Amino acid sequence: MNIAVCAKRVPLSGGRWELTADGTEIDTSGASMGFTLSPHEECAAEAAVQLVEEFGGSSTVITVGVADSEEQIRSLLAVGIDRGVIVETDGGEWDPQGTSSALIEQVRAGSPDGAYDLVLLGTEAADTADFQVGIRIAHALGWPVVTNVKGLKITDGVARCERAVGSYREIYEVSLPAVITVKDGLNIPRYPSVPGRIKARKKSVDFIAGERPAPRLEKVKLALAVEEQRSAEILGTGTGNGADAVPALVELFRTIGVI
Amino acid sequence: MILVIVDHDRGVLDPTSVQAISGALALDSEVDVLVVGAAGRDVVGELASFGANTVHLAVHDSVTDFTPVASARAALELISRVSPAAVLVTGTPRGNEVLAHIAAILDLPMAAECLEIALGNDGVHQVVRNRWGGNIMETARVHSTLLLAAFAPHAVRAESAVGTGTIAEFTPALSDADLAVRILDRVGEGATGVGLTEARVIVSGGRGVGGPEGFAILEELASLLDAAIGCSRVVTSNGWRPHSEQVGQTGTKVAPDLYIACGISGATQHIAGCRTSKTIIAINTDKDAPIMGYAHYAVIGDLHTILPELVAATRAAKE
Ligand SMILES: Cc1cc2nc3c(=O)[nH]c(=O)nc-3n(C[C@H](O)[C@H](O)[C@H](O)COP(=O)(O)OP(=O)(O)OC[C@H]3O[C@@H](n4cnc5c(N)ncnc54)[C@H](O)[C@@H]3O)c2cc1C
Repeated sequence: MNIAVCAKRVPLSGGRWELTADGTEIDTSGASMGFTLSPHEECAAEAAVQLVEEFGGSSTVITVGVADSEEQIRSLLAVGIDRGVIVETDGGEWDPQGTSSALIEQVRAGSPDGAYDLVLLGTEAADTADFQVGIRIAHALGWPVVTNVKGLKITDGVARCERAVGSYREIYEVSLPAVITVKDGLNIPRYPSVPGRIKARKKSVDFIAGERPAPRLEKVKLALAVEEQRSAEILGTGTGNGADAVPALVELFRTIGVI
Repeated sequence: MILVIVDHDRGVLDPTSVQAISGALALDSEVDVLVVGAAGRDVVGELASFGANTVHLAVHDSVTDFTPVASARAALELISRVSPAAVLVTGTPRGNEVLAHIAAILDLPMAAECLEIALGNDGVHQVVRNRWGGNIMETARVHSTLLLAAFAPHAVRAESAVGTGTIAEFTPALSDADLAVRILDRVGEGATGVGLTEARVIVSGGRGVGGPEGFAILEELASLLDAAIGCSRVVTSNGWRPHSEQVGQTGTKVAPDLYIACGISGATQHIAGCRTSKTIIAINTDKDAPIMGYAHYAVIGDLHTILPELVAATRAAKE
């Protein structure tokens, strides 16, 4: 089974977000800033690794992003994805249609092991939450797509997908080739092992020059959500082991009406 | 005219999906509604109470439960017949999914997670939308003759209004491919227990709890407070608790009266799921943890010392 996983480098803040002076980007220069992948996409990659373990074949992670996305791609190679493809951008944001077109082109091109049987991606991106890239890829390829998937089992070329709705799960089945967009909770992504990290350094990552199409969903500016900046009232003395706060907590439970 | 697609599950209206009708009525006095499936007939009366006049009911023998592509095809047929200026939904999983199918088939842009929508008459519309689970808001232009947009859930309130609820039934033309993806079965329906989204009180644990056994004392406190257990992603990714208990951007969004965060640092992605809680109490060894900027009250100390004493004192207070 040949599987493509689509994933994206996103900033991660240790504290609150800051924006650049012109208000169009997240300021990633701060000391507490780093980069990561969405949990949805980590689960997609884990699913791909498990499916290749079960059925053979290979997995490829495809991203549209800056050259530094290699850091996130290598982190997935370290947990067992076989290779990476980076459609390289100059840092400007691509809208969902532009991103989809670039991904479609790469999926159509197939992997060195042949055509893809399955495309796995997150249901929505961590940063832009567009909820559409997987569906656009599916239509372009003429493949079925199931979204919001939290349980996946493939038998004889048919994917049985579970979608969590409140306390229960809806069941869908589609024949491969298919696109499946997944959610955090699909599985527990493994941590990279030391040998996994060493192997990852030798795996191939291809860079392909991307050309950003004119955005049709065009970002104008960003703003931080207005939220109350609180400074929590410290219960108890705040100096000992905290147990002196217990009477105040019980009193608070009474005031709120939970006991 | 604006077309709103609402969702129902086997004849029970999704109350969140109705918010888009109120959102649309604030933009245009003429709003038509699309409901897909014969069981949708049962919700038309309720839709009228939110101001729906013409309710297009797409009925097809092969559509007996949610079938996303069929819903999109029905909408496309209607769009070419009634030429709306915009198609709006509430961004529930189904709402976003059906709208994205429409956008993909028409190759038009789609704006999800909208807080505000302004229709332009020159094919350029402006929206304000959530990013990062609502921590950041984006102002964006949508370049399209037909605006396709999803309101973020609860971005607008569903307001009651008087509509005629006149049914216009039609049978959309569907191919086998349009019916290929559909609900075949449901499992785990009717499960009981205080669900995370309904709970008045949530006792939530993070990395500071230290392991699966550490949750025993949180469970004791939860049972005294009639609370549900929540947790952070570190907890689920270590396999200490099931993902159904994860609060946050990629977990569940909750808004209880009381949220007790034990050993949780307060990453923005966690806060995205609990920021609207009425009261937040943080129990944390670190007085500088980011959670201190969101919590109303805090206890600085080791949860392993504090929680057993809190359980004993709460039990005594209840007697
Ligand atoms: C796109 C994206 C989506 C995400 N979605 C989610 C999500 O849905 N939910 C979520 O939770 N996270 C999510 N995360 C992860 C998030 O960024 C944080 O990594 C995570 O919330 C941290 O969990 P934590 O607070 O338990 O752990 P940590 O950040 O490690 O914090 C542990 C805290 O416990 C305190 N502590 C330690 N020992 C004790 C003790 N004995 N007593 C009291 N306090 C103690 C420490 O002082 C610290 O503040 C997401 C990340 C990304 C990138």
